[in-house]
Amino acid sequence: MRHAISVLVDNEAGVLSRVIGLFSGRGFNIESLSVAPTLDPAKSMMVITTSGNEQVLEQIKKQLNKLINVIKVVDFVGKEFVEREMILIKVKAKEETRAEVLRIADIFRAKVVDVSSSSYTLALTGDKRKLEGFIEILHPIGIIDFIRTGTVIMEREMHGRRKLKV
Amino acid sequence: MKKISGANAFIEALRCEGVKHVFGYPGGAVLDIFDAIMDAEDIEFILSRHEQGAVHAADGYARASGKVGVCLVTSGPGATNTVTGIATAYMDSIPMVVFTGQVPTHLIGNDAFQEADIVGITRPCTKHNYLVKNISDLARVVKEAFYIARTGRSGPVLVDLPKDVMKDTIFFKYPDNVVMDSYCPTYKGHPGQIKRIVNLILKSRKPVIYAGGGVVHANASKVLVDFARSMNLPVTTTLMGLGAFPSDDPLSLGMLGMHGTYAANMAVTHTDCLVAIGSRFDDRVTGKIDEFAPKAKIIHIDIDPTSISKNVKVDLPVVGDSRMVLQGMLSQVKDAGDEVKVLLKGIKPWLKRIDAWKKEQPLRYSKGKAIKPQYVVEMIDRLTPDDTIISTEVGQNQMWTAQFYKFNEPRLFLTSGGLGTMGYGFPAAIGAQVAFPGRTVIDIAGDGSIQMNIQELATVVQYRLPVKVMILNNGYLGMVRQWQALFYNKRYSHTSLEISPDYIKLAEAYGAEGIRVTEPSEVEGAIKQALAIEGPVFVDFIVESEEDVYPMVPAGAPINNMLLV
Repeated sequence: MRHAISVLVDNEAGVLSRVIGLFSGRGFNIESLSVAPTLDPAKSMMVITTSGNEQVLEQIKKQLNKLINVIKVVDFVGKEFVEREMILIKVKAKEETRAEVLRIADIFRAKVVDVSSSSYTLALTGDKRKLEGFIEILHPIGIIDFIRTGTVIMEREMHGRRKLKV
Repeated sequence: MKKISGANAFIEALRCEGVKHVFGYPGGAVLDIFDAIMDAEDIEFILSRHEQGAVHAADGYARASGKVGVCLVTSGPGATNTVTGIATAYMDSIPMVVFTGQVPTHLIGNDAFQEADIVGITRPCTKHNYLVKNISDLARVVKEAFYIARTGRSGPVLVDLPKDVMKDTIFFKYPDNVVMDSYCPTYKGHPGQIKRIVNLILKSRKPVIYAGGGVVHANASKVLVDFARSMNLPVTTTLMGLGAFPSDDPLSLGMLGMHGTYAANMAVTHTDCLVAIGSRFDDRVTGKIDEFAPKAKIIHIDIDPTSISKNVKVDLPVVGDSRMVLQGMLSQVKDAGDEVKVLLKGIKPWLKRIDAWKKEQPLRYSKGKAIKPQYVVEMIDRLTPDDTIISTEVGQNQMWTAQFYKFNEPRLFLTSGGLGTMGYGFPAAIGAQVAFPGRTVIDIAGDGSIQMNIQELATVVQYRLPVKVMILNNGYLGMVRQWQALFYNKRYSHTSLEISPDYIKLAEAYGAEGIRVTEPSEVEGAIKQALAIEGPVFVDFIVESEEDVYPMVPAGAPINNMLLV
């Protein structure tokens, strides 16, 4: 099962390496990773998406907590959250497909960020499934290249008794 | 108050931590520190002959005394030479702080002379490590390093000290407290869980305690003994736990696992309630994991949450310090009253069965014409005072010591359990001897292992450390040979040590004494003679060359599947 885990760490040199080294040294898997400073510039937030059975996930969380520079670990499974990734995707745009690419971009609310006589580069944010759907739809048209970020994730705020989904 | 150099501030920080002994080796990057340490008359520096020797000595010092071991070496090769020792300490949770020199900050990353990214190299084998880039961080970092090393699940911490930081100056002030919002070990076990543990034990009829090194680290031996006796619970210990429970107690089952006793392995296989305390279900203990304690409810007390349910699914976990949790359990037992009486009656058949196992298959060996290594260990046990500290190397010498030397107190047995580092024992004995100059300290070695740090002969002679090294010399890398004999059709690929030094001449060349023993009848006299010599001694016991360690559980087999002879 896929888990998104946020890891609040000290914003210091070498901390990323400690976390990554933990995953590689213990044979845990990292699907994606994002890291940047938080509102408090002395701290950084990492979001790691990983997978494994319950016991493996338990170990991952405990091992992360054991690192001296790790302040807080949150597993988002079972929580209400918003999750976004971003993709830049360069698609072939020949005369007969140019309009089609734009239509698809429109459906997904992607933005055209670069254009040439033979290609469009589109930017899209969304959760993992949306991005994968986008890739799948564009695939027959001809993807030249793409690059994706890791996931960023945030717990939904409580409004009254239930959490609102936007 | 006036400004002092980083090097002097470093020495002051060691003083504030109460450091009395530092093991190490000088070099270019730490010249300033060595210049400062020369004036520190209250800190004794012990010069090893290889950095690995220094770091194992700091480790042995820590294991024997319970204090934080301190090691100081130079940058680059000095630092990389400590890595095996750091990994050894890390696997066995030994509190130690290793200070390494580093090239000046402006040269870091430039492939400077004697530069190594030791912080990067040791990240996976230290509890934590630091590079001090600014002198204003120095005092705080040293304070945190000692604090992290000795608290929680203890372990080695490395602090990398660039040369320019040691030359820089500062108004020195040592912080009173450690402020770390990301590190806060749990000591006190959850009271509800502690109650549940005692209730579970009370309901059991075939309970066994499985105690590990955590009991030693937490100084929990006394309360373990009280607890076990209060409920008549049999106790088996791991290699690291030897001495945590007295071997001569009727409730003692000895060591469990690959070379454990028959009684311990059978008891764990048949128990209905396994109480693991400060132990981590290592593969050398569990054998085939699916068949380890298959009938038992498993209780696990450990200070490290990552140890719990790592290898074995635990029914009742408690995170906490062994001593504090055991104290909590003991007071629950005192409140339980009649239920304890019911248990004491109910487990009688179980204790009888255990006694039968003990009698059926005791640890034993056959006598022969040549000296039996087990006999040497037994004789050392018989002839040494109760507070003797024994270190071992790794392999057959280690297992025979674990089996045939009866440890009745904690911190008397120093061995590399987790990493299995050959060459550990001799320098570890040096560290223990420095901590306890008046006590007998013995390294029980093999002829393979002793050659891995034999240069430390110079150290024992220089500092007049009367370490006795008992070499069980069988001409082989015995444990590997044993595996080759049992599982590789006796194809002894490169395990025969065809050329070895004359250990007597070697000892003498360094200024120590040497005794060679070739006949069983000479063993006792030789040990007595060695113990009577004031200085360091090498005793070279020419033992049976193809003696094996039994019982033995083949790797990956369930632990009740023992080869007995």
